[in-house]
Parts: sequence; C-alpha cells; structure tokens
Amino acid sequence: MSRIESTLKNLLLIREKALITYVMAGDPNLKATADIVLEIEGAGADIVEIGVPFSDPIADGPTIQKAADRALAHPVSMADVLHLVESLRKETKIPIILMSYCNPILAYGLSAFFKESRRVGVNGVIVPDLPPEEAKDFLPLARRNQIDMIFLVAPTSTPDRVEKILKAGSGFVYYVPLTGVTGSKLSGMDDVQKKIKALKTQTDRPVATGFGISNPEDAKGIGAAADGVIVGSALVKIIGTASENPAYLSDLSAFVSSLKEVLKSVD
Amino acid sequence: MKHLPNKKGRFGPYGGRYVAETLMPALLELEQVYQSVRRDPAFKKQLSEQLKNYVGRPTSLYFAERLTQYFGGPKIYLKREDLCHTGAHKINNTIGQILLTQQMGKKRVIAETGAGQHGVAVATVAARAGLDCEIYMGTDDMKRQALNVIRMRMLGAKVRGVDTGSRTLKDAISEALRDWTANVRDTHYILGSVLGPHPYPMMIRDFQSVIGLEAKQQILRFEGKLPDLLIACVGGGSNAIGLFYPFLSHETVKMVGVEAGGLGLDSGKHAARFASGSVGVLQGTMTFLLQDENGQIERTHSISAGLDYAAVGPEHSYYRDKERIAYTSVTDDEALAAFHLLSKQEGIIPALESSHAVAYLNKVAPTLNSDQVIILNLSGRGDKDVHQVSEMMGLTGAITEGEDLC
Repeated sequence: MSRIESTLKNLLLIREKALITYVMAGDPNLKATADIVLEIEGAGADIVEIGVPFSDPIADGPTIQKAADRALAHPVSMADVLHLVESLRKETKIPIILMSYCNPILAYGLSAFFKESRRVGVNGVIVPDLPPEEAKDFLPLARRNQIDMIFLVAPTSTPDRVEKILKAGSGFVYYVPLTGVTGSKLSGMDDVQKKIKALKTQTDRPVATGFGISNPEDAKGIGAAADGVIVGSALVKIIGTASENPAYLSDLSAFVSSLKEVLKSVD
Repeated sequence: MKHLPNKKGRFGPYGGRYVAETLMPALLELEQVYQSVRRDPAFKKQLSEQLKNYVGRPTSLYFAERLTQYFGGPKIYLKREDLCHTGAHKINNTIGQILLTQQMGKKRVIAETGAGQHGVAVATVAARAGLDCEIYMGTDDMKRQALNVIRMRMLGAKVRGVDTGSRTLKDAISEALRDWTANVRDTHYILGSVLGPHPYPMMIRDFQSVIGLEAKQQILRFEGKLPDLLIACVGGGSNAIGLFYPFLSHETVKMVGVEAGGLGLDSGKHAARFASGSVGVLQGTMTFLLQDENGQIERTHSISAGLDYAAVGPEHSYYRDKERIAYTSVTDDEALAAFHLLSKQEGIIPALESSHAVAYLNKVAPTLNSDQVIILNLSGRGDKDVHQVSEMMGLTGAITEGEDLC
C-alpha cells in the first residue's frame, strides 16, 4: 500500500478524515511555499498537493489562474518545484502530491519527471488534463517509481468510465462533486454525499473529494461521506493576500485548523 | 491513404483527448452522435441543402486574371470562401455542428472566436436554431475586430470579453472550455478550428472538406486537370485542411500552409508554430506549439487575430512530418501589402488572415511557369479589417476630399 493510501486508511482507524490541502508552488515565491507547507502541516493538514504553475490551466477557476500567473512572473519551472520538494523533505514526511497539467511534465521529459519525482520524495501525481485513455505512457513510469497516479471521477462520468478510472489509478480516488472548474460553488450536499457513498461501494481505495469546498461547513458535510477532503482555492485566496497582509501565514494556519477540526471524530 | 485519425483521435502521434474527466463523456457522446450521422443520407441531405440555400454554396472558383498577369507566371484561381454567408469559411462548420447540437438536444451553444468570423458564424446558426449563444473573445481581439463584436450582438449572442493571459484566441478557448466544464449537461461547445480534443479536429475537417471537394470538381471543369499547387493560411488550420484534404491522395498536387510570421521570425513576435515550435499538449490536443523550455505557452503575435494562436491543428503536424504539406510564413507587412494588392488588382478586399496566403504568391509565383495552376483559398473577406487597416494607415477621423492615401 502506498504512503498516500496508508495515510488515509490509518486516519480512518482513529475515526478521522484526511485533510488534503492544495497550494501553488512559487506563490508568492518558492521560499514562502516551503514555509506555507510546513505551516499548514503544523495546523493539521494530512497530505499536501503542490501545484505546478501552468500558463493555460483549463480546469482551474480565476483564483488558481491568478496564483499561477503570480508564480510564473518569477518564473517557476518544474525543476524549481522538484527542488522545492527536495528541500521540504529535509523537514517533513507529509505525503506530497504534485498537481501539474500535461505540458510542463512533457517539457521536462516524462521519464525524467517520474525518476526525479521519486528521488526528491514525491508520493503522487495528479494531471487534470490527462484522462486514463491518454495515460498509457505515464502509468508504467509511475509504477516503476512507486508514485501514485491519481485520477479524477466527475459527476458526469458514466459507469464504464468510473470502472476504467478506478482500474488505472492508485493512492486515492479523487471525486469532483460538481461540474465546473476549481473554486466553483458547491451545492446539493445531500446528493453529493450519496454519490460519494455510491462510489465508495465500488472500490477499496479511499475516496477524497475536492473542488468547491471553501469552509468548515462544506468540509464537514463532505467529510461525513468521503475519506478525505481536498481544499485548494480557499487556501490560495488567503495566500493571494500575502503582499498586503503580513499575517497571512497565521490566517492560513487558523483556517486549516478550522477545517481539520471538523474532520476529527466523524464516522 | 490511411484513414485518419484512428479510433483514439490520433493522427500519428498527434491529437488525442487531453481534457478534464468532466468533459470526457460529452466528447464521447459528440463522437458517437457524429459517427452515426456522418454517413446518414438524411443528415447529408439536410446539411447540403443548408449549405446551398443558406450559405450560398458552391462558392465560385474564380480565375484571377489580373493577378495572374501581375505575377506573369502560373494561372491563379481563388476559391471564394469570402462569398459565404457571414463572410468566411467558418460557417461550413457551424452549420454542421448546430445540426449535431439539435440532435443531442442541447439548449445552449458556446464558442470562442479570434477574428470574430467564427463567433459571427456561431451566432448566426444559433439565431436560426433559436438557441442561447455565448461567445468568448479576448479583449484585445474585441478591439481590433470591433465590427464583428457588433455583428454577434445584433444576432442575439452574448459576447464575453476575456481579459486573462494574452487576451486573444488562446485565452478565449480556455474560457470556453471552463464554461463547457460547468455547463456540459445542456451546452454544446462549437469549436471553430481543427483544434482541441477528438473528435473536433476530425469533425471540423470533414465539415470544411466541402471546400476542396468543390474546388476539385471546378478545376477539372475549367482546366481539365488537377492543380499543381494549393495555398492556404494556417491559424488552427481549418480552411487549409478543408481545401487540402480531398487532394491529399493526389501526389502531384503540392500544398503549402502559410503561418503568421508577425514581425519576423527573429523578433520572437509571431505565430509560426512550425518555424520555432515543438511538440506539446495545449487545450486538449498534442501538436506543435510555441512554448518555452519549461512547457509554458508563449505569447504570439500576428496582425490578424485569426492566426494569432500558439498551436496548430494536430493533422497539420502529421502531414508536416510526412512532408505531404509544406509550411512557411509571411510577415505582417507582407500580408498587409497583399491585402492592398488583391484589393487593387481584383477588386476583392481579403481578410488579413487570407492575405497571408495571397502574400505567399510573391514567393512562389516566380518559380512556376504559365502552364501551372494554383488554387488559393480566399478564406474570408476583409470587411472586418477595414477599420484596423485604415487606422494603421492613419486614415481614421473624418473622411475628407484630400489626398488618397491608399
């Protein structure tokens, strides 16, 4: 069992749901991202997703688009992000997932990317514009380097597609509770919970849910059904205030704690 | 010739379907619906009747006698896509896709547009079908193609300005894809060029192939032989592949696609993907792109909004590798000179996009002899560009009886 999967499953043993947090590498700068990751780990995050900035993020809403633009203004490359993980690994064992669009990975070199990811201590990879059909070259490299490829299941996914996605991925299943991009508004919690529960009957792997979860109330609702809750845009929004808010790190910390709080002692 | 793309939407290594899972079922549905109607006689009849009676097809293949004399070499024919209803070849595709939209029972259509010609063609068919329509357009393009913004609004479409990134076609496509991701259940995305995820490059090529099919019949009638050379401008590449596709199996017919050379290839300000690009994935497809060494998409530049885009259709990448189609570029200045040349010589004001194809005649015509025949795809008319060009010539403001500046 991979680090990511065991992290989620071990939490369940103590009746906790995992908090998975997303931050954009290099926003406001790479040094700050390292501090942010350690800060949110201290505040209760169980797994971190580190976004690799891309110029044309088609699955992201305005909040993450702007964060990518801020990062790219430095600029920040895939090599920089891998180096960031390498330096973080001296300080933390928290599972780290890289979230990158296809093109920065291909430009770095597919095989080099997985090899280097393993060397620096990346545990999983999410590629939002890579459905399992296009992942044939990715999957053996990920396996060989013991890196989880995590695929998304959408509300529009048909039963045969869900099957295909479950078969291709490892680590956890990423359920998107809405049709839309990151940072969209979540609605219809009852229905979302039902869909997560239905998905959980089809797999032994943990199911984590993200897109549109922006406050402890949403997190609690999702946490009641899923094994993990993924929060991205809401954190990125706080980090986006860095330039005018000297206390952004403690604000972030308080927000992450408030999310984790509602994911403890849930059944 | 192999039948392309394959079942996975691949033209050799190019193409594919690189999108978020949310869109995958819609793409599979679109592919399935398209495959089921493409050979259906009833659908074909409906499509060809609308192309005839509404669009005004077949468009003429016009022998440009004065232009031919001007160059003093090969016979030059113009395929007059500028005479299509709405002023460009774009409507060949939107007529087809609106029929599919109705077939799928979707109530709303969205689209991106660069020069505005595709946006106008979508707004037009949406009006006629009584469907809601929203068009995404970069705010820089809205400025330089203001006339088309007004046309779209008159046709009842909402035009959404896109103020991110380069504020041009690429950013409009991203925003349309995001809208589609949110509204995929009731919305069809009418993509405008042979770009994006499968089945778009295949389907749009098929809809645009009417250009080449007609041109082939027409030239055989006029000349009793196939042409020696086909020329078309290439942004995403739909007008080019539309003309080229029916000729691909005829090995004697040479083909050249003309990309936007902008301020010159050395300036870095251009959209000549085949001159300095490399293979990558953008907006759903694997193809040649302008990108930096980190895989970030580069800003492009062209005088023409319709060619100002960082990627080229995947099928073009395939035929470029196979050396079946050659690609070249001309600069903004060369295109602008050709815009004036065609206006003066033939009384046809071409779109700035199509002017790139015309400009290439300067390079190729002197190398051919008078027995040889060229077909150039005049993909659109230049009405939309009159304001931009007159501004560049300092002609804005009051029209006076003063000196002629043109």
